[in-house]
Amino acid sequence: MIGFLWIVLISWGCSSSSKKTSEEEQSQQRSENGLTPFQLENGIGPITEAVEVGPIDTQMATRGKEIFLNNCSSCHKIGERYVGPDLQEVTSRRTPAYIMNMILNPTGMTQKHPTAHKLLENFAAQMADLSLQKDQARAIVEYLRSVNPDLEENDLPKNN
Amino acid sequence: MSPLNYLKNSGVGAIILAIVLILSGCSSPKSEIGNEDAAGEIYVPPGKHDEFYSFMSGGWTGNISVYGIPSGRHLYTIPVFSQTPTNGYGYTEETKAMLNTSFGLVPWGDTHHIQPSKTNGDYDGRWIFINDRNTPRIARIDLKTFRTDEIIEIPNTAGQHSSAFVSSNTEYVSANTEYSIPLPEPMGSGVDVPIASYKKNFHGTISLIKVDQKTGQMDIGFQIQVPPFDYDLGRFGLGVSKDWVFYTMYNTEQAHTLLEVNASQNDKDFVLAVNWKKAEQAAADGKGQLISSPYVHNLRNPETGIAESETKEQVRVLKPSDLQGAIYYMPAPKSPHGINVSPDGEYISEGGKLSTVVPVQSFTKMINAIQNNDTTGSIQDIPILKYESVLAYEVKDAGLGPLHVEYDGEGHGYNSDFISSEIVKWDLKTGKVLDRHPAYYSTGHLTVAGGDTRHPYGKYLIALNKITKDRYLPTGPEMFAGEQLFDISGDKMKLILDFPVEGEPHNGAELPASLIDTGQVQYFKLSENRNPYVTRTEHDTKVVRDGKRVDVYMTAIRSHFTPDNIEGIKVGDTVYLHVTNLEQEWDIPHGFALKGMLNSGMLIMPGETRTNVWKPLSPGIYPFYCTDFCSALHQEMQGYVRVSPENSDVKLTYGTNKDL
Repeated sequence: MIGFLWIVLISWGCSSSSKKTSEEEQSQQRSENGLTPFQLENGIGPITEAVEVGPIDTQMATRGKEIFLNNCSSCHKIGERYVGPDLQEVTSRRTPAYIMNMILNPTGMTQKHPTAHKLLENFAAQMADLSLQKDQARAIVEYLRSVNPDLEENDLPKNN
Repeated sequence: MSPLNYLKNSGVGAIILAIVLILSGCSSPKSEIGNEDAAGEIYVPPGKHDEFYSFMSGGWTGNISVYGIPSGRHLYTIPVFSQTPTNGYGYTEETKAMLNTSFGLVPWGDTHHIQPSKTNGDYDGRWIFINDRNTPRIARIDLKTFRTDEIIEIPNTAGQHSSAFVSSNTEYVSANTEYSIPLPEPMGSGVDVPIASYKKNFHGTISLIKVDQKTGQMDIGFQIQVPPFDYDLGRFGLGVSKDWVFYTMYNTEQAHTLLEVNASQNDKDFVLAVNWKKAEQAAADGKGQLISSPYVHNLRNPETGIAESETKEQVRVLKPSDLQGAIYYMPAPKSPHGINVSPDGEYISEGGKLSTVVPVQSFTKMINAIQNNDTTGSIQDIPILKYESVLAYEVKDAGLGPLHVEYDGEGHGYNSDFISSEIVKWDLKTGKVLDRHPAYYSTGHLTVAGGDTRHPYGKYLIALNKITKDRYLPTGPEMFAGEQLFDISGDKMKLILDFPVEGEPHNGAELPASLIDTGQVQYFKLSENRNPYVTRTEHDTKVVRDGKRVDVYMTAIRSHFTPDNIEGIKVGDTVYLHVTNLEQEWDIPHGFALKGMLNSGMLIMPGETRTNVWKPLSPGIYPFYCTDFCSALHQEMQGYVRVSPENSDVKLTYGTNKDL
């Protein structure tokens, strides 16, 4: 099955997209796999600028939880590996922009980004594209930050 | 096939028949193959799209097949009148009502004539209308989804060949009797009458089905009771003639047995011309009578997406005497078949079928003849206009068995010939033959891209051949029909492609891809799913028992079902399997199949819910799985249902990734 998957992935044509943003500014610095340092850190997709986060916005996190339960929980659980990776500490491993690109462009990510590609190799299940909007992906990031036990001091919600 | 049979049985045609058999028995002459430019003309590179969609009626498949032109690629088959166990159409709880009729659920149809919706006489890319000849019905297909959204039954009619024709602005679809039948009282004498009383008690009807301009929804506007001839084909006028509709007919002899001989006696039969605008007014004025004629109307509820049936009780039927000045016969040579109106609406051409000419009437002359009362009598209050008074010209040497005509918008007509197997091109103003090309074999309909509109696209002509024989690798006694694509952009027609098609296409329509390919529905938004049995998240999945009815609310996403283990189902239960596809991405359907399921599989499009009913007959473990290769872990997309004896006390439990 994995062998088949590799053939599919290798033979899959990659579409090119132009982004007039910071990733384009870095085009001189493409690494071996053709990605810019920005892309390596923040993923490939509609999010082309780093996403700055402050103290957790509890209202947004609550909305993110609902979106997560309705769209993501078929395959992702908090605190256990399921169809996809355990996401409890994902905000420690990945930047907000990376997580958003993974949500908004899952097929592009597993095809082109070495980290996402490696995960597909391990999990074998291609993450589904649920056609979410940017603001929904951002809210999911906020929810995932809120479930991460490894919170930094400045992550803590303002009013708590 | 009737001309061939006719000729077989009438010694007169023996010589012609011999020629036909020789023609169709031979393989293609060398001069007709090996067209060096053809490969380039039909080549659509991998990843590129065709220029046209071609919609072909499937004949006895009851469906519509969709091809790309010029490549001839088979793109899709739209289930219309035939149950389709491969995806569940006509079997699932959401779709089966679409096939209801006053006779019950009729699981099959015989599709004949495709007509796309029009605006100002040109295709607008909204809907396709098509008829079922056997159980008189008209279907409407939405071209955003390529799905059958509506089917309406047509009462007081049978052998409904003469349909489904669309007026210039899709105000009406017309559907008409081929096989006349007795009508209920008070218009007729009741339906239980001797067959031999045909001339006295049988009637034809013309039906005008009103189409809602916004939604496309159909309802029968009115019917016109006409003499018991066999109404064969029709076309609404265009341009100058757009307020009129024209129908061909044979069997003016009014035979009811051995029609191939007895309905071929008269040298002239008729074209019926009806001013539908005036007829509409007469109906609106309350003329005619409302008669009891139950018919079933099926519509996909736009809210829930579920087909619903309604039985309607009455139709308004007009008599020709209610339509003075609005209904006429025009004579046409021996058993005319097809009828087609030129892009400007001036010329009306018929396929002479059993004659060798294509008669072309002039609309202007017809109006003049009406004004001058230039008639030769009447039949049942329908005046007969003089043939010579309305004739523009006859296309001489149009071939043997001319059936249909289409136009290219460049001043040419093209007719197909069933008996002599050819396409003949002629000048629209004079009828002078300009070119002819063999077709393989026995062409029925032909279509020019946009050939029945105000502005034909021209460029391509397709011959829809009835006999395939040696054109492809043989597949035993039964084979697909053969179609042939001609380039008609030059003075001479060039045959550039043979391609096999499903069923027996009776006619087709080519629409530019750009009219259809934008705005296609790619998936259904789960948030807008109003199916009462939708399950929006895995948290909402459940199995509910109510007596012997069990409802399973299941979800599917790459690549698992929830629940995928179910216990507590018992023999004697009726299990409703409601499966919602949670995907929100184009071309990620999930399928559902369960061992021993007696009705059908299901294909569930992203964001949709589909329901199948299962009645397990014996205890055991019943695996189910996804039938549409959805991901690398598709094989793993499976589950089990445990069925226990009727009197067992196994509790109803279910889940995914846990032991029950």
